[in-house]
Amino acid sequence: MSGDPHYTLYHPRWYRRRVSVWWWLQNRTYTGFVLRELTSVFVAFFAVVYLWQLRALVQGPEAYAHFLARLGTPLFLVLHGVAFLFVLFHAVTWFNLAPKAMAVRLRGKRVPDWVVVGVNYAAWLFLSGAVAFIVLRG
Amino acid sequence: MMRPITPFLWLLFSAGGTVAALLFPVHLLLTGLAFPLGWLEAPHYETLHGLLKHPVTRLYLFALISLPLFHWAHRFRYTLYDGLQLKHLTELIAVLCYGTALLGTAMTAYLLWNIP
Repeated sequence: MSGDPHYTLYHPRWYRRRVSVWWWLQNRTYTGFVLRELTSVFVAFFAVVYLWQLRALVQGPEAYAHFLARLGTPLFLVLHGVAFLFVLFHAVTWFNLAPKAMAVRLRGKRVPDWVVVGVNYAAWLFLSGAVAFIVLRG
Repeated sequence: MMRPITPFLWLLFSAGGTVAALLFPVHLLLTGLAFPLGWLEAPHYETLHGLLKHPVTRLYLFALISLPLFHWAHRFRYTLYDGLQLKHLTELIAVLCYGTALLGTAMTAYLLWNIP
């Protein structure tokens, strides 16, 4: 009766069905979910384009002209077309989820969902107009 | 390892998502489509450079570029875990995602700081 008792290391293999990487294509809700998750890739893409523009502006007029010329190539036009649809999808899903992510209370009463969503869309409209005005007017 | 800063990362994700939702569509429509396709005339170099002289513009651009990068980092991290079933690469993916966002933020700050 000395030493450690001897255990046999044995671990059963769990039965797990292999799930395809494309599981989300079988159901519209899942497809919407994965497409929404993928919007982040296009958000990052455009953030990098803006970083690139900023670098061109710091480097000088020639670099900026080169940047503008590159954005006019078919590759970037297609990328921006697709990115625009995904960014719109991000914006719409983000605004519609806003009341669920954060319940706003005013004088102890919960603000109705449609008000929160409406405020988001109004802010979107206002800010888009303001940005367009400043960029176009200079 | 990631636990204590999780709420902070979620805050960045949320702030970046809001910035991207409110401001990216108009910027993308103008810079990515309307100007290159000739629907509207692209602003001149002097115009944009003049705007960059304002500290408010610099602060705006910093938030506009940096926060959405953290939004991407957080969301894309989970897309990779769940979508591609890469749960075993958790730490590597987190380091790569947040690292990229940090790098982009550092580059933005450096450029904005060094505007002539």
